Amino acid sequence: MTATQNSIAAAIALNRFGLGARPGELASVEKDPAGWLRQQLKGSPPVLSGEGLESSADTLAQVLALRKDAVEARQAKKQGDEEAARVAAALKLPAIYRPKYIAETHARFAHAVGTDRPFLERLTQFWTNHFAVSVDKIVVLGIAGAMEREAIRPNVTGHFVDLLVAVEKHPAMILYLDNQASVGPNSRAAGFLQRRGGGQGGGRKADINENLAREILELHTLGVDGGYTQADVTTFALAISGWSIGGEGPNRRLLRFGGGSGKPGEFHFRDVLHEPGAKELLGKRYADGGVKQGESILRDLAMRPETARHVCTKLARHFIADDPPGAAVERMTQAWLAHRGSLPKVYEALLSSPEAWSQPLAKFKTPVDYIYSAYRGLALPVNDKRRTLQSFEALGQRNLMPGSPAGWPDTSADWDGSSALLKRIAWSDALSQRMGDARNARELAPQLLGATLGEATTRAVARAESGAQALTLLLASPEFMRR
Amino acid sequence: MSDPLTRRRFLEASLFAGATSFACARLSFAAAPTEARFVFVLLRGALDGLSAVPPVGDPRYPALRGQIALPKSGADAALHLDSTFALHPSLKFMHERYAAKELAVLHAVATPYRERSHFDGQNLLESGGTRPHELQSGWLNRAIASLPKSGAGERGVALGANVPLAMRGPVEVASWSPTKIATLDDETLARITDLYARDPLLSRRLADALESDAIAKEAQAAANEGEDMAGEGVVERDAGQRRNFNARFTATARAAAGFLKRDEGPRVAMFDTTGWDTHANEGGAQGQLALRLRGLDASLAALMESLGDAWRHTVVMIATEFGRTAAINGTRGTDHGTGAAAFLLGGAVNGGRVLCDWPGLATSALYEGRDLRPTRDLRAVFKGILRDHLGVAGAALEHEVFPHSSSTPALEGLILQT
Repeated sequence: MTATQNSIAAAIALNRFGLGARPGELASVEKDPAGWLRQQLKGSPPVLSGEGLESSADTLAQVLALRKDAVEARQAKKQGDEEAARVAAALKLPAIYRPKYIAETHARFAHAVGTDRPFLERLTQFWTNHFAVSVDKIVVLGIAGAMEREAIRPNVTGHFVDLLVAVEKHPAMILYLDNQASVGPNSRAAGFLQRRGGGQGGGRKADINENLAREILELHTLGVDGGYTQADVTTFALAISGWSIGGEGPNRRLLRFGGGSGKPGEFHFRDVLHEPGAKELLGKRYADGGVKQGESILRDLAMRPETARHVCTKLARHFIADDPPGAAVERMTQAWLAHRGSLPKVYEALLSSPEAWSQPLAKFKTPVDYIYSAYRGLALPVNDKRRTLQSFEALGQRNLMPGSPAGWPDTSADWDGSSALLKRIAWSDALSQRMGDARNARELAPQLLGATLGEATTRAVARAESGAQALTLLLASPEFMRR
Repeated sequence: MSDPLTRRRFLEASLFAGATSFACARLSFAAAPTEARFVFVLLRGALDGLSAVPPVGDPRYPALRGQIALPKSGADAALHLDSTFALHPSLKFMHERYAAKELAVLHAVATPYRERSHFDGQNLLESGGTRPHELQSGWLNRAIASLPKSGAGERGVALGANVPLAMRGPVEVASWSPTKIATLDDETLARITDLYARDPLLSRRLADALESDAIAKEAQAAANEGEDMAGEGVVERDAGQRRNFNARFTATARAAAGFLKRDEGPRVAMFDTTGWDTHANEGGAQGQLALRLRGLDASLAALMESLGDAWRHTVVMIATEFGRTAAINGTRGTDHGTGAAAFLLGGAVNGGRVLCDWPGLATSALYEGRDLRPTRDLRAVFKGILRDHLGVAGAALEHEVFPHSSSTPALEGLILQT
């Protein structure tokens, strides 16, 4: 490679594959841009630390205790309104959840800004978004961050199947997609409920909830065109009926009827809720085996070519271009299939795709990545939790709140709206006003953008009437908006 | 600095004449050739049509819906429409409009989509195609594109930071959501405009943003005069989060009205909202869905109030990607279904009617034995509105706006004849 090519490659490594260059990094990365990225995948993944981070099990145990109180209060009243009790509990829920959400958001932000392994962090956040839980569903507000720490981070450089199983069994995912109380219609619990309600007309008919099963097939594995049917969704939902959370509830009478109640707040397979019998899915028969039945299905889904292609297409879109180049997707898919879903092999196929290095500035940054890159580029301290939350909110991408299990969208058209652009500029300007002359935009511009820095931006920054305005122009420049 | 007109004048007079004259050419809204306004409200997540518009007269309804079924009488009674249908008790404003013949209710409607993915379902609802991801632009944008041009051309506005698929396409539309730009001075903005001169996308976006911002500020000032109604009628015994959600929804509706009521403003607006995917604990007359519906009802009331005289020229269409299962599931909610409900609201609507060829809820009548069977293609409704209200020509409707829809003719009589 020529010096210029390497300089472009370094800017791509830092900005497209990373979270934005920090002052001084470019020169060292230029020696071997791809090698710098590969090196980040080695060694065990980082463990986030920070004040107020708790395990999802501990957090959920507190919530379950709260709910138990509400239920008991209701039973004491006898005539009490179930809805009122639930609402009373819901009102207290944010008091437990909100500080945890703030702590998680802050720790995640501080890590992204400070990490020396930004490519690994991008991959982590890609997977968190692939397996999205959204905190606008209040029941996951306090544990969505823990899901990333517990289920995703440890598996980012492992095999997809382990990542998949860890996520689908995580309490946040179970609760987000409503599987905790999904009941097989022929389970022991269903029979019990039917006998109790029999003849009175008010008996609740136990049945499955197919939400988790559907989204696993559609979003997490095969993809919507992956060749499954409604019957497959239903069968899969039956197979994972009983995948639930430990602790008492949702129905204590039911729990007394059979099986332990598990450890509060942890994944717990409730055999009494599970639909018995063998299941046939996508042409394969799965013998009855309790929790193993659902696990076997997940293991097979992870190895299917439809899954490989679906996920590799998303990865290529995330890192290369909105319309991902077919050759790169093919290379990654083949690596997946040849190495049984080994993620480092897939990442290697991505990094060794020439398409990934040929078009600088092909991607428009998401708001969150824009914020990270500004903080990294200006070497800003991360110490104001409120400001962190405000930044995410102001730019329209609240932490862990994509609003749907499909996660945040990943193309320019999803993020380059006129109002969105103005918000970025306004946010950058406010940041620049705070910094004033404490940063020198003229020196920073070539350090952050390297060979992608254009003449118009250089000129605009040089001619700015103040240090703050120069910073605004640098952050608002087309080269800094893109990667 | 806060006066948008000052900003615009500054831009025009700025030293960066090359860039700004380009920007200003785009900044002027067309003198609109029509009084007709259209608002598209998209409820993402699949609204439960059987709760929003419960078929209380269908003998199968109470058993299928169990504990979330809405009663015909009593304190929590659904609001009577006709012998078969009622409205959810949260939809009080909409019920009033029904009585005033300004609301038409549609039931058992669907796009051509027959699977159950939210994301593909929304893709078809917004793109107007027959297969997901077959079209890269939205039917509403293509409809705007086909309207008779005048000056710089017709435009629409999407209320949100980014433009949803239905409004993406050949015509540039504005997008708007509140931004605090108090610290940004005109001089810096002019320099950024100059910096973007050779970046067609960013320069277009910035010019649109500044124009929209100016309009929205005026609208907001007007809304503030009448004391913000945001959240009124939705304050309920619930965690604050949903209340805020409803308040934002109302504020969005008011902002939309601010754009539409201007003589030279856009004639088409769109906004969307999530939170309709009620898989568990959906609730009946009270609860999760009831609260969301109250928010919808309040925002539509705010829209009508804020539009003032323009309301009589307005059609609001409220639609969702598909319906939900006829029966409740094991977690007192409903799963993804097929046939849905939709609404046409506004002074220009030929309302006071339920437009529905009701297939019934007998098991044999259900689609795949589980969902309300769709008996009308939503595209027929869209086509009827676009043709009779906005004046989109028939040829454009068939070929550009809704390709492959010739077997689905526009529904007649949706709009009042003036």
